[in-house]
Amino acid sequence: MSMEKKRNKKQNRTIMRTAILLLLIAAIGYTIYNSVTAGEVEVLKVGDQAPDFTLTDLNGESHKLSEYEGQGVFLNFWGTWCEPCVREMPAMASQYDVYREQGVQILAVNIAQSNFEVETFARQYGLNFPIVIDRDKSVMTAYNIRPLPTTMLVNPEGKIERIVTGEMTEQDIAGFMEEIKPE
Amino acid sequence: MDKLLCKCGHENPPGTVLCESCGRPLNEQEENKELADMRYEGTARRSQTYNKSVIDKIWNFFSSVKIGVSIIIILLIAAALGTILPQQQYVPANTEATIEAYYTDIYGTVGTVYHALGFHDMYNSFWFIGLVGMLAISLIIASLDRFVPLYRSLKNQRVLRHPSFMRKQRIYGHGPGQEDTLQKAEEKLSELKYKVSTDKNGLLAEKGRFSRWGPYVNHIGLIIFLFGVMLRMIPGFYVDETLWIREGETRAIPDAPGYVLESKGFTLETYTGEGEQEKFGEAIERVGTVAKNYQTDVVLYKIPEGALPGDTDEMEVVEEYPIRVNQPFKFDGYALYQMDFRQDEFSTMSFALENKETGDSSGDLTIDLVNPETNYELADGSVVELLGYYPDFSGFENGEPQTASPLPKNPGFLVKMTTPDTPDGETSFITIQNTVEPLGDNDYKLAFQSVETRDASGLTVRKDRTLPILGLGGLIFMIGVAQGMYFNHRRFWIQQQQDGSILLAGHTNKNWFGLKKDLDQVNEHASLPAYRDQQEDLEAQEKREGEQLT
Repeated sequence: MSMEKKRNKKQNRTIMRTAILLLLIAAIGYTIYNSVTAGEVEVLKVGDQAPDFTLTDLNGESHKLSEYEGQGVFLNFWGTWCEPCVREMPAMASQYDVYREQGVQILAVNIAQSNFEVETFARQYGLNFPIVIDRDKSVMTAYNIRPLPTTMLVNPEGKIERIVTGEMTEQDIAGFMEEIKPE
Repeated sequence: MDKLLCKCGHENPPGTVLCESCGRPLNEQEENKELADMRYEGTARRSQTYNKSVIDKIWNFFSSVKIGVSIIIILLIAAALGTILPQQQYVPANTEATIEAYYTDIYGTVGTVYHALGFHDMYNSFWFIGLVGMLAISLIIASLDRFVPLYRSLKNQRVLRHPSFMRKQRIYGHGPGQEDTLQKAEEKLSELKYKVSTDKNGLLAEKGRFSRWGPYVNHIGLIIFLFGVMLRMIPGFYVDETLWIREGETRAIPDAPGYVLESKGFTLETYTGEGEQEKFGEAIERVGTVAKNYQTDVVLYKIPEGALPGDTDEMEVVEEYPIRVNQPFKFDGYALYQMDFRQDEFSTMSFALENKETGDSSGDLTIDLVNPETNYELADGSVVELLGYYPDFSGFENGEPQTASPLPKNPGFLVKMTTPDTPDGETSFITIQNTVEPLGDNDYKLAFQSVETRDASGLTVRKDRTLPILGLGGLIFMIGVAQGMYFNHRRFWIQQQQDGSILLAGHTNKNWFGLKKDLDQVNEHASLPAYRDQQEDLEAQEKREGEQLT
């Protein structure tokens, strides 16, 4: 057998083996990546398109997320029984006063509580932003919300800019609104 | 490395031990053996012949059966360790911190170590999945490395083998023959369903070669199975979620986008032990109650294409279904199973507005604990106004009533009662145990009348698109097992030498008894020379030598 043929064969062998190994390692890597990220809360990731939804607020007005394109949306999931949610509400209200004119909208999504509870709460705390109630938890499911509070920061392009789980200080809230306000 | 040229003129791949074509031993070591190693037909395992680049080294690592078996043993040990304490999804905690605390609280130091080592989530850990992946690599490479040369060798085998090859077969015979010996042997072997090919003065009879592919088919099945398991990690292929739904509630089904479920009611039936059910009487006496049926009646809705989550007006009814144990509700690849229940959660509470002194009632009111109203007007013009509602009252904080959860487990009401007698209104805070009158003594009170309850159903949402793949993998696995276990690859080589004597050799991958039985039948018909089982001879000899030594 000529030297050239031999070299070709050796090359083919290396290419073949490398290809098979790479394919298998890619499959395993993908599996591990999936299992590790599936363990985390978010199936939604930063940079994903925020799933569109439509919910009705306490005044009977419906709010569709996609209608706020061009504005930043501060999407806060909460319930009256959740203490950190309750604590951050006044701070959200006061920052809303600052950032509303700069194109940042707050939508507070209550998780399946009664009109009465939510209305009483909103009146008590003097909340100035729209509060919508997710009665069948479909928006909560679509966003895969586990712990409360969770806040999804949606940028003017409708993409998720940041996912915040846990309580936010007023300073945090101001910083986050700064991140998603339109240019 | 160079190809090995056999004396018969056949070019063998480097590393070959027995010539693919004629069976001559190709190296000295093999020449000196009493019996030929027929395991892979004396072919070179491909990995052993090249060992140069890094890729070759990795390849050779995975090609080793020793490595494969080691991986299996490590996996077995790890899988066993994961069963010592419950895995994290089975402990009653759902955040990182509480899970860690749970292991320490319940199992002490052992639990702390167990959690620290990551054993609490063994089967999802990257290293466990990594090991399974390495096992898959090992299966594929080790199979490829053995299958290809074996296939080549069996495809290239020649009818006429070199006498040295035949002499080293376990079944071997040499002796005088007759003119028609070969012809008669061929007849009989064909009758026994052997594929007989002849060449000049010899024949090769072969049967059940496909049995040699059994292990490789088996491995293909395993790989398909592992591939199916891998798919479970990809969103959309596998769902295993829990959905708690109360009577009258409408809830989006987790991980089933576009589907919404309403619970019409939960039923728990028990056997009464009377009439036709008398036969259960004894059991009922012994254990108290015996459940007959757990059932959740549901309505499935679908949000139409293009509609959005939250758009409840556009939902369309798909189907009504009674979900019972072992009778899941199946739709669109999903299945809803009746798994759990909680009975008697409060749903409404009724009170009577009473004058404390006289005990006269101004009328009754019923508060819906799921969706309370603000004003309750009574017949005599009295009004009860709900000022605050705390479904799971947990105490006061800075004078504010608090609720621990959204479920009406311990409802608390802040009410203002206005009657014709007390037009300014009186304020009262009512819980199940007591009534607080924060603004001084009231003339009226809300007297608890009755409570209505509702049940909650715990459903499991399941979807498994990987089942057909797992089934296919399992089927192929079993076919491979049957192929390798219940069929044998049997071969006979018979040659008539120039002096008229007959050379005879036989080989099988298993079941030598069956091979000998076949040969005995041929012998009766064709008068072949007597054969010996050289393996048995060798063992007998070793035994004798052993006895002499002792």
